[in-house]
Amino acid sequence: MKALILVGGFGTRLRPLTLTKPKPLVEFANRPMILHQIEALVKAGVTDIVLAVNYRPEVMVSVLQRYEKEYGVTITFSVESEPLGTAGPLALAKDILAKDDSPFFVLNSDVICDFPFEALRDFHVQHGQEGTIVVTKVEEPSKYGVVVTKPGATMIDRFVEKPVEFVGNRINAGIYIFNPDILTRIPLRPTSIEKEIFPVMASDCNLHCFDLEGFWMDVGQPKDFLTGTCLYLASVAKRSPEQLASPSESYVHGGHVLVHPTATIGKDCKIGPNVVIGPNVVIGDGVRLQRCVLLDSVRVKDFAWVRNSIVGWNSSVGRWSRLEGVTVLGDDVSVSDEIYVNGGSVLPHKTISANVTEPKIIM
Amino acid sequence: MAVKAVILVGGPSRGTRFRPLSMNLPKPLFPVAGRPIIWHPIAALAKVKEVTEILLIGFFEDFVFRDFLDACSMEFPNIHFKYLREYQALGTAGGIYHFRNEILRHSPESFFVLHADVCCSYPLAEMLAFHKQQGRKGTIMGTRVNRADANRYGCLVADTDTYEVLHYVEKPESFISNLISCGLCLFDYTIFDTFHAALDSYSRMTNEDDNCNQTDEAYGVLRLEQDVLRPMAAQHDLSVYITSGFWRQIKPAGSAVAANASYLEQMLHERPADLANSQAQRAEIIGAVYIHPSAQVDPTAKIGPNVSIGPRVTVGKGVRVKNSIVLDGVEIKPFSCVLNSVIGWRSKLGTWCRVEGTPEVSQHDAEGLTRAGIKNQSLTILGQEVVVADECIIRNCIVLPNKELRNCYHDEILM
Repeated sequence: MKALILVGGFGTRLRPLTLTKPKPLVEFANRPMILHQIEALVKAGVTDIVLAVNYRPEVMVSVLQRYEKEYGVTITFSVESEPLGTAGPLALAKDILAKDDSPFFVLNSDVICDFPFEALRDFHVQHGQEGTIVVTKVEEPSKYGVVVTKPGATMIDRFVEKPVEFVGNRINAGIYIFNPDILTRIPLRPTSIEKEIFPVMASDCNLHCFDLEGFWMDVGQPKDFLTGTCLYLASVAKRSPEQLASPSESYVHGGHVLVHPTATIGKDCKIGPNVVIGPNVVIGDGVRLQRCVLLDSVRVKDFAWVRNSIVGWNSSVGRWSRLEGVTVLGDDVSVSDEIYVNGGSVLPHKTISANVTEPKIIM
Repeated sequence: MAVKAVILVGGPSRGTRFRPLSMNLPKPLFPVAGRPIIWHPIAALAKVKEVTEILLIGFFEDFVFRDFLDACSMEFPNIHFKYLREYQALGTAGGIYHFRNEILRHSPESFFVLHADVCCSYPLAEMLAFHKQQGRKGTIMGTRVNRADANRYGCLVADTDTYEVLHYVEKPESFISNLISCGLCLFDYTIFDTFHAALDSYSRMTNEDDNCNQTDEAYGVLRLEQDVLRPMAAQHDLSVYITSGFWRQIKPAGSAVAANASYLEQMLHERPADLANSQAQRAEIIGAVYIHPSAQVDPTAKIGPNVSIGPRVTVGKGVRVKNSIVLDGVEIKPFSCVLNSVIGWRSKLGTWCRVEGTPEVSQHDAEGLTRAGIKNQSLTILGQEVVVADECIIRNCIVLPNKELRNCYHDEILM
């Protein structure tokens, strides 16, 4: 089977992290985002993966070559010379996607969920039509495009963009499976799959929807990255709690704490809920962490307090410092002792030695 | 010849800007560097060998200073202390004039007049010598301030050679001089003639003033600066002693922290043995820190510079305190951080709290609090028995007594 992952551009929404690493390589729950997707695809029998990208950084090529070997999968970069939207990349990768008659997956690289590729494939094969869209239920459908099915069926009737009146609460989750026939519908030019292709397929009665079980999050920006982390950790706690720090550890508070085996934690710490501690992280004594992500080689010094923040690679947080309010520290940022940072977005290699009391970007 | 001193302590209706700290203790007794505000001038006076008696004049009730003055009598056995209560607000000079017989008893040669809300290095012996040498009826202590700040004070124009005060203006609208009055004077006993003359001319003036129809009550009201010092300057009776030592007013509550820092720095130079050091306390001590012997400070805490920690305070593991006053009986739980703040009596801070104020850059920043109706920056002041829940941040806030704070607050006055 084949799959295409829509990676797109520079991931500007996830800056300052993406100033250092391409978005697919930013670690989500201690593994590069794209690895979550590759693993799930491989598990569902995918052998050919196309990454639709606007640019191809060398670091990404080398990492993915490693994954090719590790997972026995072929990974191809399909580089757009101009942005082709959400459908155009399918046309660009036609040679691979249409090389046989088997259906192929398409997914947005920003999406995190318990990827249900096997069940999706089975469902798709069973209904036999051209495409299946994974849908997820949301509380406020008015912000999204809502998928409306024919009464009592999974077949999609129509799409309603940002509905004013309630027509349903299923939205497009950015994960699809298609028969290669779909490629005849897509021209090689910038095209939106949601706006230009799906409505036609729906009116042809060729599009079904598949309900996603469990959580779903677009983690393309820091605030959602943190929310997605919480949802993911809750899912891990249910699915395989042994991956998380044991609640019997003295520092664990409220559970849902993922600690890389190479990280060290001082005494008298209180960590959780919803914390990811990356490899080689060093945490001092009396540190309080909650709802935060510490990436590779972060140092959190004694008595610091971090909540609702992302601490980038190699950064350090000083003694008695306090980070909150979706603070994001880029690579190699140093926060001095006793500093308060509220909603600071700090570019790589900066030293913060005065309080940042209101959300702002530190160049 | 004997010299006396009068300290003007004001009354309970004064010092409103010192709220919420003055809600539980009269401002003159508020501790800075481990001692009441008025202890500092008293200790300085006690070092001047001619000083025999210190009189406090104010309109607090009699009992307010009783214990304090008893303790002073023990500590400074050669000096006689007495509190003189005004029953009527007579102005700063009116009170002095009212108690002139008390002041003149035992025929002192001269007497100091000090305002209680001043923090100063108090070079009083030098000032007394200077006064004798100058031979004028009065000497006022002056200090130089930034040109931009001068109009907040009484401004002096003086002859640079003779130190004669040529002109005195209280809070001028335009710039007159950057030499200002420190609120500290030394007068010869003959000064009461000047007071008397001033009183006569002042009551005549107010009689002629259409806006003032309370002439009966107004008689006896006399302001030291405007009504006494100004005419003295005009009559060539006033010298200025210019100090280069530290000086600041203690007006808003936050200014206690700056006064605390000044006195602690002075202690560091003059009697370092009274300060905390890392070895004795076992905690990490930075710069000038006073810790009362009955306070318990965990060895993993880091304290200083410019911190006073009062009696029976408990400072937990990994606590950081900097540029702050922590009053009696406060409990700070582990890993909390207190910066640029006053923590009121018996307040309780939870674990990982952050109580933080914005440090003053100049001494007028503390007044910036409600400048133009907008609160901009200030120290954080917690009144008596305030409770802050675990992990909360209280930043640039003034918190009235007995509040329980379960959330984070920034830039607010919490009633």
